[in-house]
Amino acid sequence: MTALTRPIRRLLGRSSPDPSPEPGDTPAPDAAPATVDELPGAAIDIPESDPLFAYLQSAPGPVDLAKLELNSPSLEQLRGAGVALVVPLVTQGELIGTLNLGPRLSEQEYSSDDRRLLGTLAAQAAPAIRVAQLVREQASEAAERERYAQELKIAQLIQQQFLPHELPNLPEWQIAAYYGPARVVGGDFYDFIDLGEGRIGLVVGDVTDKGVPAALVMARTHSILRAEAPRLVAPGAVLARVNDLLAAEMPEHMFVTCLYMVLEPATGHVVFANAGHNLPYVRTADGVVEFRATGMPLGLIQGLTYEEKESDIGPGDSVLLYSDGIIEAHDPTGDMYGFPRLKADMETELAGTELLDELLDRLHAFTGRGWEQEDDITMVALRRSPGAGGVAATDAPAAAVEVLAEFEVPGAYGNERVAMDRVAEIVVPVGLEPARLERLKTAVSETAMNAIEYGSVGDPGVPVRIRVERRPTSLQVRIADAGLGGAVPDLAEAELPDLDAKLAGLQKPRGWGLFLIQQMVDRVEIVREGERQTVVLTLELGGSGK
Amino acid sequence: MTSPLAAEVRPEADGARITLTGRIDRDGDDAMTGAYAEARTTGSGPIVLDFAATDYINSTGIALIVRLLAEARRDGRPVQARGLTEHYREIFRITRLSDFMTLDDPANDTAATEGGAK
Repeated sequence: MTALTRPIRRLLGRSSPDPSPEPGDTPAPDAAPATVDELPGAAIDIPESDPLFAYLQSAPGPVDLAKLELNSPSLEQLRGAGVALVVPLVTQGELIGTLNLGPRLSEQEYSSDDRRLLGTLAAQAAPAIRVAQLVREQASEAAERERYAQELKIAQLIQQQFLPHELPNLPEWQIAAYYGPARVVGGDFYDFIDLGEGRIGLVVGDVTDKGVPAALVMARTHSILRAEAPRLVAPGAVLARVNDLLAAEMPEHMFVTCLYMVLEPATGHVVFANAGHNLPYVRTADGVVEFRATGMPLGLIQGLTYEEKESDIGPGDSVLLYSDGIIEAHDPTGDMYGFPRLKADMETELAGTELLDELLDRLHAFTGRGWEQEDDITMVALRRSPGAGGVAATDAPAAAVEVLAEFEVPGAYGNERVAMDRVAEIVVPVGLEPARLERLKTAVSETAMNAIEYGSVGDPGVPVRIRVERRPTSLQVRIADAGLGGAVPDLAEAELPDLDAKLAGLQKPRGWGLFLIQQMVDRVEIVREGERQTVVLTLELGGSGK
Repeated sequence: MTSPLAAEVRPEADGARITLTGRIDRDGDDAMTGAYAEARTTGSGPIVLDFAATDYINSTGIALIVRLLAEARRDGRPVQARGLTEHYREIFRITRLSDFMTLDDPANDTAATEGGAK
């Protein structure tokens, strides 16, 4: 009734005298006609639980309140508002409102003619009012649906901005991607991030849930990844950082699975870390295998670390990254597509777009006609050309990575200087400027010292391995340790040395190592594999670096 | 192979000069500590650290210098550095040690061009 009484009162508005005037509220005869909302007297709602409601619903005509004996709060309210006669508006047995009238101005009672006239009016008005109510409700619902559809459309447009507009164009690589949300917007995402020096960050992620909530979390995850990946590069560090930031703001019961891979297209070398995502399938000459790495999904708790693994995509190998949507699809009998089926599907020579089309065809053949997609589906396929690698073609010098030397030093203190001097000799052919050579020496010495301290714990029998590579546009020194003493502090998390604080005794005098390393070279990355870790120092060649 | 740090202290005007020889790293702790303990007894003027005969300073060596600087500041003794190569001058700038100690101009410092920590 609440919703019904008020609209009726408004519908009767201007053309009717105020049916329930408050004492003293009667407008002066020469007063301007009141608008609907200015009508005096409050609308009186009659709840369905009030006995008056049932009485009015079954009353044969207008009801004289003075003669009515009912224990009803609404009745008292009406009387208090000066209502003398209530005309029920009933259509199809449903009470949709009342027409409330005060005493006649002549102070006489309503005559039987008055009542008959009012009864006839109510009988004709009630269906018309009901129709008007329904039209208004439908118009309101249609406007709401249209607004929602418009908002979804905008959300879709926004989400599309987060997906790559074009795929990387890499010589000797065939790359394709498919993105199919289950609804207008989805929680899956994929991306290719340019990390410089020809390296590509490749990410596929899946937010729990679907629709707008998932899309919002997807947008946030994507933004953080885009910001952190070029800065940190190392997949484990990137996922750890994204996890820490997401966990602080993730809605309850939501999380993100994500696989992040750094690809060196020139060599096929990949470093990857996994936050609870499906393991990529790799089709090699020896069959289909998985790139295995473990880690918790993003956004659950802060302070997690992510295992990093390295591998190589050989010439002719094909890799598929994918989200849950494909493996969790069901056929009409409820059977799930599953990992084994997808793995078997990878036993094909197809690659790129042809591979993805084939996988989708097989999926649709499995699910049958009229399948309602249950979850977002994302797939990224990359394949290295069979002729890639080996001796670089003369027209593709960018593929060349020259290993200048690889050696070990004992894990005892003092050998950091041995490593430094060896690297200085090894890089003589590169022709570094003296100042840059000095910086590289300091970076190597500090990194080797960390490796001895953290990796070998000073044990001469646990060596530190060093590899020097000349690349097309850079020089890389990779210093690997055994990780016996725990991890080197994360570059992003390490406390910055503050000389004021140190001089004031608020920080220890030590703690300059990582800071110096970062200042001395153009880029520092830490690649972790289990407890072992490799610090990669990069100096850009060609005058653009430090 | 370089030699571990040796430090020689000489009174100079109202202060002292500490001549450092060899490498400044974890093995130089005692030499650096002893040198300052001796230098602080010499008057109240500046303490000059002469790096011309050093050939290697690492982050642990930087920490030893920071510790010496903190003690000197508590004692009200200004600290000056001379004989640093351009590379170590850069490190002193990066670490902001140069905000708290005077670095001699290398142009006026023959030792810096002839040798010094490199």
